[in-house]
Amino acid sequence: MIRFDRVFMAYPKGALALKDVSFHVAKGEFVFLTGHSGAGKSTVLRLIYAEDLPTSGEVRVSGFATSRLKGRDIPKLRRRIGIVFQDFRLLEDRTAEENVAFALEVTGTRRSVIAPKAMRVLAQVGLAAKAQAYPRELSGGEQQRVAIARALVNDPPVLLADEPTGNLDERATRGVFQLLRDINANGTAVAMATHDLDLVRQTTYRTIELQDGAVVFDSAVDESESGRAVR
Amino acid sequence: MRLVIREALLSFRRAPALSVLSVTTIAFALFVFGLFALTALNLRAALQQVEERVEIVMYLMRGTPVEVATMAIGDIETFPEVAEVAYVTEDQALERARDELVELQGVFEDLSVNPLPASLEVRLKPGYRDVEHVRAVAQRLEGFRFAEDIRYGGDWVSKLDRLRNLAGAVGLVIGGAFAMAAVIIIGTTIRMSVLHRAREIEIMRLVGATDGFIRRPFLLDGAIKGAFGGLAAIVLCFAAYAALTRNILQGTFFTTQQSILLVMAGTALGLAASSMSVGRHLRKV
Repeated sequence: MIRFDRVFMAYPKGALALKDVSFHVAKGEFVFLTGHSGAGKSTVLRLIYAEDLPTSGEVRVSGFATSRLKGRDIPKLRRRIGIVFQDFRLLEDRTAEENVAFALEVTGTRRSVIAPKAMRVLAQVGLAAKAQAYPRELSGGEQQRVAIARALVNDPPVLLADEPTGNLDERATRGVFQLLRDINANGTAVAMATHDLDLVRQTTYRTIELQDGAVVFDSAVDESESGRAVR
Repeated sequence: MRLVIREALLSFRRAPALSVLSVTTIAFALFVFGLFALTALNLRAALQQVEERVEIVMYLMRGTPVEVATMAIGDIETFPEVAEVAYVTEDQALERARDELVELQGVFEDLSVNPLPASLEVRLKPGYRDVEHVRAVAQRLEGFRFAEDIRYGGDWVSKLDRLRNLAGAVGLVIGGAFAMAAVIIIGTTIRMSVLHRAREIEIMRLVGATDGFIRRPFLLDGAIKGAFGGLAAIVLCFAAYAALTRNILQGTFFTTQQSILLVMAGTALGLAASSMSVGRHLRKV
């Protein structure tokens, strides 16, 4: 589903954001990306949704390979990935339903399909009752649910979440995290960047830890192969 | 397409103040340019009127038979520069002198012999009414045996030439500067509305909208603003024209075609400006 093969990523000034990163996320897997701020978690996610391209090495996502990726492929790739951010990134002047519908509209979905589908996904994240509310009328947790609904509405096989609980209180965090687990249980691969280690410890999901742009720990490899580092 | 129209209209509804500001800015940029164009147009019309008076007069020797003059007219009319040739008989010349030179009416009344010669008045086609061509035609006319004298007001024609060249050059420079200012102002205005919606563009890209899809509502938005700006500019120009011509000047306004052209220029500018600023934005993010 997602494969990083000896990926290096340099900033324009030459400093390395990622150093020789390799890993593979299988279909339907749940992976935590952990590490301090600036460790490279967001960079890994940005490479997955092709906001950045690797300086060397290759990233493959859902049948798209960066080495052969053309500009016009990027929208196609993004329709196969749902993305959720710490700051929700909702359009303030549209209702919850319109925010979700927006993701369908831009992909050219038929009008007759849009409203029912948007409502169905809002119901899935538990916000059917607040479909007509504007983001400012929703709590942080609810806004993040709208963002998740928007990410899911195109039925992507992969969901990326960049610190999705970073702006939420504990209760909202639990709710949003449970929602992501449910989504994963339905077969969507989830890659979640976080530095909330409590959340990570609660589960047995695979954890990839980054430090200074390098993978220093990958539970899938290190635990199954008696602690041998991937590097 | 419906979505494109809806999104473009939404941008008016969501940021009405910014939209009005954009339209007003575009309108004034085009208004200034339109005023200049109007001035240039009227100046050109005035120059053309003066130009039409450029003519070469060939005075015929006394006693030149009418048939000879008529044949000469036929010859002269075949010159590529010549539009028309008029034959003025001695009597007609006297008649004219009496009409035009009222102060000397008495002098002409008392004449027993008409002192005025017959002449051929040669008018040139537009585009040939400059010193060079006038002189060339005059030289060729000198070749006729019965040409007594040839007059064409060389000084006057060369002054007209200079005026025409000056007006052309000044028009080009000032018009170019105004057009450039309009382009920059419109570009900046549209860029503001693109930046206003930067977040939306970013989200569109994240959910997999193609660049073309993102661009279209902006193009339509820019074109609509440009068209409205152009229309408003025409109205402003007309108001200014009406105010000036009421009691100060006489002039002509744009023809319908020229008005349409100005609105179309506004539309095209709006379109080009949004295309550039969205394009720049899409490349950057």
